[in-house]
Amino acid sequence: MQTLKMALKSIKANKIRSFLTMLGIIIGVSSVIVMVAIGQGSTKEVQDQIGSLGTNVLTLTVTGSDVTFKEEDVEQIQDVDGIEAIAATVSGRVTVKNGINNTQVSMIGTTSSYLDVRDLQLQSGRFIADLDHDNHSKIAVLGSDTAQTLFGLGDPVGEYVKVNGTSYKVVGVLQSVGSSLGTSGDNMIIVPLSTGQRLASTTNIGTTYVKVENEDMINFVSNLIERTMYSIVGDADSYSVSSQKDLMETASSVNETMTLLLGGSAAISLIVGGIGIMNIMLVSVSERTKEIGIRKAIGAKRGNILLQFLIESMVLSSFGGMIGVGIGIISAQVFTLLTGTAITYSVPVMLLSFGFSLLVGILFGVFPANKASKLDPIQALRYE
Amino acid sequence: MTIHEPIIQIKNMKKAYELGGEMVLALQSVSLDIQKGDFISIIGPSGSGKSTFMNMIGCLDRPDSGEFLLDSEEVGKMKSSKLATIRNEKIGFIFQNFNLIPKLTAVENVELPLIYRGIKATERREIALEALKKVGLVDRAKHLPPQLSGGQQQRVAIARALAGNPPILLADEPTGALDSKTSKEVLEIMKSLNEQGHTIILITHDLDVAKKAKRVVRIHDGQLYENGGEWFADTQNGTEKHQSK
Repeated sequence: MQTLKMALKSIKANKIRSFLTMLGIIIGVSSVIVMVAIGQGSTKEVQDQIGSLGTNVLTLTVTGSDVTFKEEDVEQIQDVDGIEAIAATVSGRVTVKNGINNTQVSMIGTTSSYLDVRDLQLQSGRFIADLDHDNHSKIAVLGSDTAQTLFGLGDPVGEYVKVNGTSYKVVGVLQSVGSSLGTSGDNMIIVPLSTGQRLASTTNIGTTYVKVENEDMINFVSNLIERTMYSIVGDADSYSVSSQKDLMETASSVNETMTLLLGGSAAISLIVGGIGIMNIMLVSVSERTKEIGIRKAIGAKRGNILLQFLIESMVLSSFGGMIGVGIGIISAQVFTLLTGTAITYSVPVMLLSFGFSLLVGILFGVFPANKASKLDPIQALRYE
Repeated sequence: MTIHEPIIQIKNMKKAYELGGEMVLALQSVSLDIQKGDFISIIGPSGSGKSTFMNMIGCLDRPDSGEFLLDSEEVGKMKSSKLATIRNEKIGFIFQNFNLIPKLTAVENVELPLIYRGIKATERREIALEALKKVGLVDRAKHLPPQLSGGQQQRVAIARALAGNPPILLADEPTGALDSKTSKEVLEIMKSLNEQGHTIILITHDLDVAKKAKRVVRIHDGQLYENGGEWFADTQNGTEKHQSK
């Protein structure tokens, strides 16, 4: 207790130096907290986004360029047990124009079940109907961003847009889904599958979304689809079946690596901060050689001196740690306010980095404290 | 009021140390008994082994050989942690340049030996103030050393030496950094402390200071001579330098 008071006193006596000493630890701890908060925040965001796409959806992608996968083949997939709905798509990029406003967007040609399978909501109007597909109707459903780009705040339903130069009637507008993994789900138009095939000038189906009846059966259904695909295509390398879960795992493992990387580099700065503490403690020991000599002469044992300097470096580092946690929280908050990026605070990480800073204080304090405690009182008293 | 009960018994104490690659015999074979309640001064020029001898008596260092009983305890072979305890309990140091810790107030300085003895804060403060009262500085208790005059600082140092109520007060040139008026004051305090029963060992090179003691011994070339006072008086009278053993 007395030693603690002495430590506080000597820290107070050298305010600027103490602060500079702590700075390393402060920066270390606060950067650990900010980095981890950002890293975990983005992991969570990605997970939420992927999760919102539905965990009962399988994505069947044909990747081989020399294989053909047509609408008739999709019907075969549809016959697989356990499938609730299926939506085949063709995709491409098109230019959409309304008067002088025009924009490049991705075009998806699909069937009426797409809305249900992808779990989308309409903002206004209607979605593509089966009849539109049969009739090769020139109608379009706009993504919310595309609608805003072309029509501003007005309602586009019933209006006409030019898609690659041809007039299409807008029948509906989708609700915003936000961006996911770097691609905006709102910057697109949806047209009937048959119309889309014409626009993309291919009859090949690119991606097919499959909604399964029972989420628990998803692996089983996935296997069935793979087998059916093999019988259709005959080349196991030219297609892939993936669930949102697979995607989520990939995304979060990428994010975890990033968090680890950020946290690791911040931890290194903590160690550097510790070296700073050691440095200053060594200076402090040599500056206070005389004081150590006096203390020893009037009866301080080695342990007393050791403890005095050790506690001083611990107080320094734990103060730095506390300030670092505070600054970390504040700057993460500022970061999220400025950039709108989601952050997640992790209490274990805060405790860990605080504990680590304390540990750094002890580790790097031992050497100078030991040096002080070993001083010969006669020599130390003579020191000026 | 010297009681014939030795507090320090030194027999054939030897100490050599290395200086620039050469062994210097700082204490050749020193024997000295000091009685409880004595006021003894040890006088000698610099380089005489005076400082080495003081470090021995002060338990800051250990002799190479010989006996050293302090308060009937053999301290010559003690471990350094045990020596620290002895210093804390048996010896009150008074230094030439006061050796107060400048960041601590007067009363905090006086408390220091008590801290290392593990005495509780409130009791410590009481004892420290009592010690400051003895040297007449209670009203300066909260002052920092740099805010005090040299004489006042030395009185604080005396209070610190007194606070632990050690049987021995060891003063190393206590007036060396003071003017003659404050020197006199400090010596008066030491004299009255001796009258109160404290054993005082005064180390100095100044004969006038040494003469305040009841007993003067002289150290020269690592050897101790009993009649220090007479010898110096002789040399000052211009008589032929002689070394009587």
